[in-house]
Amino acid sequence: MAKRDRLSGNEAIAYALRQINPDVFPAFPITPSTEIPQYFASFVANGQVDTEFIPVESEHSSMSAAIGASAAGARSLTATSSCGLALMWEELYVAASNRLPVALALVNRALSGPININCDHSDSMGARDSGWIQIYAENNQEAYDNMVQAYRIAEHEDVRLPIMICQDGFITSHAVENITLLEDEEVKGFVGEYEPEHYLLNPECPTAVGPYSVTDYYMEAKRAQAEAMQNAKQVILDVAKEFGEMSGRTYGLFEEYQMEDAEYAVIMIGSAAGTTKDAIDQLRAAGKKVGLIKLRVFRPFPADEIAAALANVKAVAVMDRADSFSDHGGPLGAEVMAALFRARSQAYAINIVYGLGGRDVRVEDMKGVYAELERIAETGETGDTYRYMGVREQA
Amino acid sequence: MAVDLEKLNLKAPWQDLTVGMMIHEGGTSKEFHTGEWTAVKPHVNENICRQCLLCVQVCPDSAIPYDGNGRVEVDTDHCKGCGICAHVCPFGAIEMEGF
Amino acid sequence: MSNCVEIRWHGRGGQGAKTAALLLADVAFQTGKHVQGFPEYGPERMGAPITAYNRISDEAVRVHSNIYDPEYVVVVDETLLETVEVTNGLKKEGAIVINTEKPKEEIIPHLKGYEGDVYTIDAKKVSLACLGKYFPNTPMLAAIVKVSGIMDEDMFIREMRASYQHKFARKLEVIEGNMKALQMAMKEVQ
Repeated sequence: MAKRDRLSGNEAIAYALRQINPDVFPAFPITPSTEIPQYFASFVANGQVDTEFIPVESEHSSMSAAIGASAAGARSLTATSSCGLALMWEELYVAASNRLPVALALVNRALSGPININCDHSDSMGARDSGWIQIYAENNQEAYDNMVQAYRIAEHEDVRLPIMICQDGFITSHAVENITLLEDEEVKGFVGEYEPEHYLLNPECPTAVGPYSVTDYYMEAKRAQAEAMQNAKQVILDVAKEFGEMSGRTYGLFEEYQMEDAEYAVIMIGSAAGTTKDAIDQLRAAGKKVGLIKLRVFRPFPADEIAAALANVKAVAVMDRADSFSDHGGPLGAEVMAALFRARSQAYAINIVYGLGGRDVRVEDMKGVYAELERIAETGETGDTYRYMGVREQA
Repeated sequence: MAVDLEKLNLKAPWQDLTVGMMIHEGGTSKEFHTGEWTAVKPHVNENICRQCLLCVQVCPDSAIPYDGNGRVEVDTDHCKGCGICAHVCPFGAIEMEGF
Repeated sequence: MSNCVEIRWHGRGGQGAKTAALLLADVAFQTGKHVQGFPEYGPERMGAPITAYNRISDEAVRVHSNIYDPEYVVVVDETLLETVEVTNGLKKEGAIVINTEKPKEEIIPHLKGYEGDVYTIDAKKVSLACLGKYFPNTPMLAAIVKVSGIMDEDMFIREMRASYQHKFARKLEVIEGNMKALQMAMKEVQ
């Protein structure tokens, strides 16, 4: 039986974690993710979970402890944001290369500087090449649903990779919204018990984790890791299908909104996608053929699928809530442009950096993006293909 | 995925490696002959040695074995030739040889 | 979304404007609505101006921007009238509710020519009378429910009691005072 409720995004993640009842949760607080371990600690204190909760002295330690626990055979996770993720930098790669299915509840926040506590995706985008699966949410409901699906993906024998469940700091993490929750038993049954084949605390089979790899073996190890990330795509779809049968909520690698006959498309990640949907409804009412691709899974990157979804558009705007400072575009822009090129796409494409440091995105802003795409398609002039939106400029 | 460690050699394709390069067996350091790292080895003059066993305790590679009765021959497969045994021997029974 | 009511709260850190917005979302949810309640976050501290928002709708709320053209504005601290453009974007078909002990005529000149309805309430008087302390958010919450008509008043009172019983499970003595404050505020706002 589904349960209607109203929760903030952080409450929703904590709620999912209570239902999952992981074995080990080391954490260090940082805005705006602090509430997740804070709520979870109260579940521990109330005896609602039997998780080993470890308050550590830094994010370097929280991720290290999560890795150690995972290697020992425990289902582990931590939560963080921004500079906290940056301090985990080395450990992110250790978790991924040791193929440990650690989960990370990431609440996206700008990575300094200037120092700022509000939302953008510069923290997780900086970690995009660390070998973690990355799944993003538009709202509290998706954050909750993604968290429930996380371990099924990460622990799958074809995958065994760590997974980052991302949501937008403050915009969804601190906003109370309606949500439909699963019953505790449903989540328990869906997630199942973690039964690793090999783990450090197994006296039947002594195991060494993280041995040195000489040049003769290193590339083979990385090739195997790449294969696991490739496998993750199908596993994500399979898990989503099963989740859909239980919850009635369907998920894929991305969501297509009004894309069937769309001539002008936006592709973006996170909470601003909801705002864009309202812009689309208004423009559709005025006869404009506009659509949206909201990316859910950024790693592995569904390049072929995105190119196929964009096959019939005249113009597309790739929206990045982070800059790469490549003088060429943001991280999503680079990926989507490459996918379009490989698919021999003839669509006009621009890359827009928006929403940095919590800069608000309004329905009007997104209507402006579609108007610009229409202008580009009509004139054939793309102008600067790498640009900023919502920034003050000299007249 | 159970992996036959015997297969892990320079001919092994990436598909045959263990997940995360984990090693699922104990005591595998014995298989790795670190004694090849040096050409200098200790030589024990059995006539001088009093079997005090000091060298057995200080060897950082456990390469000077004790069989229950006394020190036996140095395990040159794992001795890295550091010379600590020769340095601590109170009787000057150990000499480092090589080169 | 034509049926979506947008409300903007102006307060000072510590006065409970954020809590009031979350409580309003809570109680509107209980009446079957789709809701959003969220504060605008920054490095503000006690006493600094803060803004919080509500969207209350019959349909799912997808927009995640701040609110620029609200139907209603609630001013929890009248000193903000001098420093914050509280009527910015406020629809003239809507209304503004201000916590003040001054008569309406003295307040209107500070509203930059706002043409819509203006309501005032002395939340301090209500709070001191019912709670013995100054917590402006409870009276202001009742006032905006009364002014906006976003939910049935009896249902609001019923749901607030349930909400307080949950929230103050270990401090039952404060519930009656809060309930009195809500009811008095509904009468006092004009």
